[in-house]
Amino acid sequence: MKYICLGYIDAGWFAGLPERERQTFIDDCVAYDDELRRGGHFAGGEGLQGPETAVTLRHVNGKVTVTDGPYAETKEQIGGILILEANDLNHAIQLMSKHPGVKCGPFEIRPAADLAQMVAESRARRGQASGRESSPAA
Amino acid sequence: MSNRQAANDPVSAAIENLYRAESRRVYATLVRLLGDFDAAEEALHEAFRAAMEQWPREGIPRNPRAWLVSAGRFRAIDAMRRLSRFSPLDEGTHDLPGEGDDPLAAVAAGEDIEDDRLRLIFTCCHPALQPEAQVALTLREVCGLTTEEIARAFLISPPTLAQRIVRAKNKIRDARIPYEVPQPTELPERLDSVLRVIYLVFNEGYSASSGTDLTRPDLSAEAIRLARLLVELLPDPETMGLLALLLLQESRRPARTTPDGDIVLLEDQDRSLWDRALIEEGLALVDRVFAGRRVGAYTLQAAIAAVHARAATAAQTDWNHIVTLYDMLLRLEPSPVVELNRAVAVAMRDGPEAGLALVDAILARGALSDYRLIHGARADLLRRLGRREEARAAYRRALELTAQEAERRFLQRRLADLEK
Repeated sequence: MKYICLGYIDAGWFAGLPERERQTFIDDCVAYDDELRRGGHFAGGEGLQGPETAVTLRHVNGKVTVTDGPYAETKEQIGGILILEANDLNHAIQLMSKHPGVKCGPFEIRPAADLAQMVAESRARRGQASGRESSPAA
Repeated sequence: MSNRQAANDPVSAAIENLYRAESRRVYATLVRLLGDFDAAEEALHEAFRAAMEQWPREGIPRNPRAWLVSAGRFRAIDAMRRLSRFSPLDEGTHDLPGEGDDPLAAVAAGEDIEDDRLRLIFTCCHPALQPEAQVALTLREVCGLTTEEIARAFLISPPTLAQRIVRAKNKIRDARIPYEVPQPTELPERLDSVLRVIYLVFNEGYSASSGTDLTRPDLSAEAIRLARLLVELLPDPETMGLLALLLLQESRRPARTTPDGDIVLLEDQDRSLWDRALIEEGLALVDRVFAGRRVGAYTLQAAIAAVHARAATAAQTDWNHIVTLYDMLLRLEPSPVVELNRAVAVAMRDGPEAGLALVDAILARGALSDYRLIHGARADLLRRLGRREEARAAYRRALELTAQEAERRFLQRRLADLEK
């Protein structure tokens, strides 16, 4: 079962780390990601560049507006996404509790939504064959 | 349960007893076998329905619990099969419980490993659920309390509570919280919620918040049984402290009510009726925990109960020791209810005037204004000080807030005594 893990980080904290501690932290995270891969638990993931690189699209008054910055101006911002393959929630909690990333900010863990049925119904309505393709943008 | 069977039909009586004593245990096993709370609930009722139909003909089976589990599971699998046949978009993704398995063997195997109710209670007390939901869910699923009974215990409305339970079950299903006892590394933390819930269950059984019976022995026995299981699994100091507290309180049950069901206060109880075996066991646990380094809130409350248990008569109670223990408890868990209990102890040690000052201070802050016991305590202190008019007003206020029959009779009698 897939769990989406959103890793939050206080950017100021990370930037404020001395060089060597930053590298140790990164090494620990990469090493643990590799451990998850070896266990078959790493189904995908990306680090995010800082919130200052973000743009946010919104639909306002009938058109799409683009603004500089992240969706929410919070102290802790999303620093990375990890798609975790785990048996159940306890298993997901166990795996992510040991991730070094949890030391620098919270991990939000949510089960991935299975949109297969929704997509199939939509295709049926649009007169297409009920395909077995993986759901988009899941 | 159907009342159609004659009251003196022995099979029906047996089924009634079984329902009271074992239905939650059967339920917990069905949750394990079926992997779903609601399916297990349905299956439970189907199983008892089947028993009502078949046992008068076939006799009561040798292992009734296993029979009920097997019957419930069989009907549930049948129902699931019928459902999947009618969902074309659902491409058979159900994991049907192993149809090839011998259901009785499955039941037996599960019971050898761990009590299914431990699995159930840890699942119901999972930290992914809101704390209030954990308690509500456990009381509902593990102990079989009705929504109304639970709502009253927490002073919220039944629909609010029902919603809370539904949301919790949905979360368990959607986030896939597994039906298991936590790993050793997670166990200590997961234990705290469980202890809290067990204590609340015991209290519901010890002093029922509604209805005609002051006590409901099944729930208290249930809570003690769960506490014992936990002590076996994890001899944690606070778990032992909680068990000690429950045992010491339970030891007084035979003396707490008259044959007519009226309340007998602690100071008036016939101590020869107290259960010495439970007291010995409770005292031994308290001593054992105090010998270690960690003394928590439940252990302190157990120690207070131990002071009462060790006093041969009410007059010999070491109230000073009790006040000291309450001081420690307040430091650990500051709460107005603990303050109130301490105030009552202070009144016993220093006189009603001293206790009343503390009680009035709590109320002056706006705390516990709707708590029936503070008004009862206040009324008692005023009565002892001879302030009859104020005492009557306080008893009336307490009566407004009390739904429990035996408590109401007690308060009414005190009121009547003051109106002579």
